Amino acid sequence: MTDTDNQSSSEENTVCVARFEIHYRQILDHNAVLTSALPTFAQDAGSLITLYRMMVKTRIFDSKAIALQRTGKMGTYASSLGQEAVAVGIGQAMSAEDVLVPTYREYGAQLQRGVSMTDLLLYWGGDERGMSYAQQPQDLPISVPIATHLPHAAGVATAFKLRNEPRVAVAVLGDGGSSKGDFYEALNLAGVWQLPMVIVINNNQWAISVPRKNQSLAQTLAQKAIAGGVQGEQVDGNDVIAMRHCMSEAIERARNGGGPSVIEALTYRMSDHTTADDASRYRATEEVQQQQKYDPIKRLHDYLMQTGNWNEKKDQALHAECAVDVEKAVQAYFDTPPAPPESMFDYLYETLPDAYQAQRAELIQQGVSNKGASNQGTGNKGVSNDG
Amino acid sequence: MAEEYEITLVEAVNVALARALELDPNVVVLGEDVGFNGGVFRATDGLQRRFGEQRVMDTPLAETLIAGMAIGMATQGLRPVSEIQFMGFIYPIVDQIISHASRMRNRTRGRLTCPLVIRAPFGGGIHAPEHHSESTEALFAHMPGIRVVIPSSPLRAYGLLLAAIQDPDPVIFLEPKRIYRMVKQKVLDDGQPLPLDVCYQLRDGSDVTLVTWGAMTHETLQAAEQLSEQGISAAVIDVATIKPLDMPTILDSVAKTGRCVIIHEAVRTCGVGAEIAAQLAEHGLMSLFAPIQRVTGYDTVMPMFRLEKHYMPSIARIITAVKKTMEAS
Ligand SMILES: Cc1ncc(C[n+]2csc(CCOP(=O)(O)OP(=O)(O)O)c2C)c(N)n1
Ligand SMILES: [Mg+2]
Repeated sequence: MTDTDNQSSSEENTVCVARFEIHYRQILDHNAVLTSALPTFAQDAGSLITLYRMMVKTRIFDSKAIALQRTGKMGTYASSLGQEAVAVGIGQAMSAEDVLVPTYREYGAQLQRGVSMTDLLLYWGGDERGMSYAQQPQDLPISVPIATHLPHAAGVATAFKLRNEPRVAVAVLGDGGSSKGDFYEALNLAGVWQLPMVIVINNNQWAISVPRKNQSLAQTLAQKAIAGGVQGEQVDGNDVIAMRHCMSEAIERARNGGGPSVIEALTYRMSDHTTADDASRYRATEEVQQQQKYDPIKRLHDYLMQTGNWNEKKDQALHAECAVDVEKAVQAYFDTPPAPPESMFDYLYETLPDAYQAQRAELIQQGVSNKGASNQGTGNKGVSNDG
Repeated sequence: MAEEYEITLVEAVNVALARALELDPNVVVLGEDVGFNGGVFRATDGLQRRFGEQRVMDTPLAETLIAGMAIGMATQGLRPVSEIQFMGFIYPIVDQIISHASRMRNRTRGRLTCPLVIRAPFGGGIHAPEHHSESTEALFAHMPGIRVVIPSSPLRAYGLLLAAIQDPDPVIFLEPKRIYRMVKQKVLDDGQPLPLDVCYQLRDGSDVTLVTWGAMTHETLQAAEQLSEQGISAAVIDVATIKPLDMPTILDSVAKTGRCVIIHEAVRTCGVGAEIAAQLAEHGLMSLFAPIQRVTGYDTVMPMFRLEKHYMPSIARIITAVKKTMEAS
């Protein structure tokens, strides 16, 4: 630029064409003190107890899954420790006919939607049948390639919209995932087409070893929604009441033609990234200890106790009940023999083309001399394979 | 004076990267978790501490960026070495490689070039989660204008990675993670590259030529050993650079043996084995006593780990294929 006059005058003529605010929601803080009014659903102690039960169940499942991996009875596993409220809130807010498009830390939602613990164990035990979800006909399976499933959610939501069905697609991804183009592409379309879709960014502050601050200079990840003309807000992701409430609002808005939203759930990854990771290499134990006090389960536990809706006896009974359920699921996992090797051909196409019949036959032939792998001893031979 | 280390394949990658960073100030390393954490397989362990954040960079989680940025850097004289954490997450970069890296030289008539390396661990056999075990090297071998290099030992990992970094054109450097820590070898850290675009003959033989690369070299060498006990002499060739192919070495060996079995973990259809077989048919048909055999992964989605051993080519399958070529002639 050489015309300095022009520059200064253009500054005077500047008009603000957009401005944004991002709201942060919390209802129950980490001291179990209410910081906002309870939403209607939460005035019924029964629904709070349901949330509590689901979080406890998710955690007991999680610690068992880690133990199975550690003892060589399952493969690499991604823990949801400390993040239970995010998934449980999502699961409670969704209707059965909605569709969940998850990644790998949403067990708390999946379990409520009919995915069984045995399914999850089979999945991490290296068995495709862990994605067959016998009790869950429409949800998508766990997506491991980060953020690649966001466009699927946009497609699911478009299908609902084209058919005028009052259903909503709920996609979940991590803070790291929000750096991928797939996320922006889906978000952008959701805005333009006003899709019935909710994107949850499960911001657990880490993407393996990369801290949140190195993913984006944006003050919040929720504000990425603004660029797509979409509503974005932050919620305390360790406050299951707020989580459930925000999700219900966003889902019902989407269902009623109010368009998509982005919910950034602020939580913390208490575990290693996966069982193949060692987080002590890159994050301070003090940081993790600091986060203990925000635990989502303890917070609701204390609130239920304070309000006289829960007691030690009930708590012990719940833990015992969950432990039994988890044991049953583990037994069912152990009792599932591997699928026949040739099953690798049987779901490639509706009908296997003739071109591949000979290979399938060769594989069966080999199976005669090569007995099936067992569930035991599936440890990963000491090599890191995060992800 | 150059030090000698007794190291694994993944350590050899690390030592080669350190050497390259030291030798050439234009070399930079980038990717997810490669800096502070030293990579999920520790391939870049200690490099950021030693060379600083300016040269060993943790990027946001964004594969298109990791490859696309490398292209931009390379056009400006840097020598980027990008890591894609697992081959299962490499597919967004296919666009960057096929639309840009592979043709920048051609489009600009040599004015701008892409001396970049994309490293990625690949292959099955470590009980990894879904999407972590495929071998899709053929996708890249199909692209004009690039090299695809696969080491199968610590020595070749060291020498070939240095060569890839020094190469003036784009190189996809695929690391067979199943053998990342399988064996140790003495590696002299003298900064000497090994030649690209040539096969490495691992074993001489007179009855059959076994052609393979990456982790499968291990099963193939064991098969050759067992065959020799049965009186069958098998030559073993590690292709190493699967694009461009060094066909003369393969043809020479087949001219001697008259038989060829090609072994790869990737699915069969349009695998690199198909290209080798086609070229053998074009240029070496008259020296063949028996039809060429391929021992490969099946034309299926790579099964999750409970069934993966049924998918992977085994020593038994290699021996069966060799016997077939012996019987046919
Ligand atoms: C596209 C892609 N790139 C890399 C990976 C390897 N990987 C697995 S999880 C992960 C970090 C994900 O971080 P974030 O999105 O924050 O989710 P979180 O694991 O924290 O829940 C990476 C890099 C992958 N699975 N997919
Ligand atoms: Mg994260």
